Amino acid sequence: MSEPVSLTTDRPGQADTPKPPAPGRSRRLTDRRLAVAFIAPALLLLLAMSVFPLLWALYLSFTDYSATRGGPANFVWFGNYTAILTSAQVHLRALTTLVYVVGAVGLQTALGFTIAYLISRRTRGRGLLTTLFLVPMMLSPVVVGLFWRFMLDAQFGVVNSMLGSLGLGQVEWLTRQRTALLSLIVVDTWQWTPFIMLIALAGLTAVPKYLYEAASIDRASEWFRFRTITLPLVWPLLLIAVLFRAIEAFRLFDLVYILTSGGPGVSTETLSFHVYKVAFLGFNTGTASAYGILMVLVVIVLTQLYLRYLNKLKED
Amino acid sequence: MAVSVDEAVSAGPVPKHAPPTRRRSGRGRAIVEVALLTVLAVVMLFPVLWMIETSIKENRDVYAVPAKFFDFDVTLDHYRDVFVSSGLSVSFLNSVIVAGASTVLATVLGVPAAWAYSRFTLKAKKDQLFFILSTRFMPPVVVVIPIFLMYRYIGLIDSALGLILIYTAFNVPFTIWMMKGFVDEVPAEYEDAAMLDGYTRLQAFRKFTLPLLVPGIAATAVFALIFSWNEFVFAIFLTSSDEVRTAPPAIAGLIGGTTVDWGLVAASSVVFALPVLIFAYLVRKHLVAGVTLGAVRR
Repeated sequence: MSEPVSLTTDRPGQADTPKPPAPGRSRRLTDRRLAVAFIAPALLLLLAMSVFPLLWALYLSFTDYSATRGGPANFVWFGNYTAILTSAQVHLRALTTLVYVVGAVGLQTALGFTIAYLISRRTRGRGLLTTLFLVPMMLSPVVVGLFWRFMLDAQFGVVNSMLGSLGLGQVEWLTRQRTALLSLIVVDTWQWTPFIMLIALAGLTAVPKYLYEAASIDRASEWFRFRTITLPLVWPLLLIAVLFRAIEAFRLFDLVYILTSGGPGVSTETLSFHVYKVAFLGFNTGTASAYGILMVLVVIVLTQLYLRYLNKLKED
Repeated sequence: MAVSVDEAVSAGPVPKHAPPTRRRSGRGRAIVEVALLTVLAVVMLFPVLWMIETSIKENRDVYAVPAKFFDFDVTLDHYRDVFVSSGLSVSFLNSVIVAGASTVLATVLGVPAAWAYSRFTLKAKKDQLFFILSTRFMPPVVVVIPIFLMYRYIGLIDSALGLILIYTAFNVPFTIWMMKGFVDEVPAEYEDAAMLDGYTRLQAFRKFTLPLLVPGIAATAVFALIFSWNEFVFAIFLTSSDEVRTAPPAIAGLIGGTTVDWGLVAASSVVFALPVLIFAYLVRKHLVAGVTLGAVRR
């Protein structure tokens, strides 16, 4: 019923176009208007909530503004940037972050790919297994952080309890410099191994069966098949997963905040956590903004890399 | 090692014996693989099981050394505490409101945009889409500094609306990317045919494409819901009062004091995580696309 009605109301609108042969053109015009009307609200929100704040941070990064002191912001130009780039503190945090990112993502990739490979070789119970393995990934970092903090507790934590019953000594997981960073890596690995597994599994199951059949007719060895069929076909997807995880690990904050709060000392302070301390505990908003902008630059480089590989994958 | 030996045998000059050898060692290998998988699954799932166990343990068993795996006294007191005495129920309600509202907003803004990106030829479309996705990758700790100042200026600090807006901004890129994939799967010819029948482009979208997109919209919305529900960084910096706080910072606040009631932490974590797991199970088919923010789809 409504269709003919809307049809008639639509006619006058089209009758406004002066010449009859123009409808194609006018439709393209309304298409454009429609596209703008549909896209603009989303883009405006992103401009207001993502781009504008970053531009503001860029402005603040050239000043000595402090959120608590208030007052006018004085331009110090690249003062904040040189201070950060030459600071030994920041270098230490960068190293911690690097160790953390490489350690965690490396472990996740190795474990995740192994699990995916093992699952892909099973014929039964694949769905159930995958579902079970995916649970950690869906949990909030808050839940993960809190719970591992309890499990790694030196006195009544279940991890030490199990080590004790195996006759091994107690480890102060979160309160020793060395083990704290290791714990952080382990917890992150626990949570995100399923991510790599999921994507690797998607790649592995997409490998056409006939390739393996052809290879086994040719009596190709297992390792040869893995190296020449499985790996090249899964690699592009795996690379995307790894890059994605690297970006996420680089900007990680919540797990550090809950699990160790950067301690003991500064042994688990990543760059993200340091920015937080400078901004919200030191209230050096200008310096923190410069720090943040530098982090954003790193993320942009990583993201470009990620998007480039993604694009390549899509075009294939 | 065993593999290479096996291959050497099967490649041997007596092909008649090769098949049984290979099958038997194949079975041995399968057993090893299943055992390995089982061990890995137990390791991955143990913390979750331990969390559930802790949430139903009597307090003295929670802190028992050595840890009690099976012979503990069961209680539901911690769950009662979550909803009655801890004040967490307000935070849970806030979480529902903030996550729900931001998801609805992101869907309303994102779905039409995704459709437009899928259907129309636009200037630098690929660049626009990449730009949109890259806003999602900004480190939250960095974004929160200017957002904090901005909100303080316009009075959105410690308000549900402030959280809803920033969560929407973080979910819109995801919604656009995820939904564009779903729209791409619906042939544009449907709309062309409808337009030949006299419908306008907008009507064709509403009457023909949109109904086909409903499952995709549902899956996308569920992921947006999960992201907002789990979000912590913005929540902790942009809100402070108990009336506005969402569940993640509230649960994290449970460990602030000198003594920590780990039973309560475990119970509230279970209550917090359960809806996520259920929702994630519902959208398991789209998990790969969902967790890569709509970028990878197979």
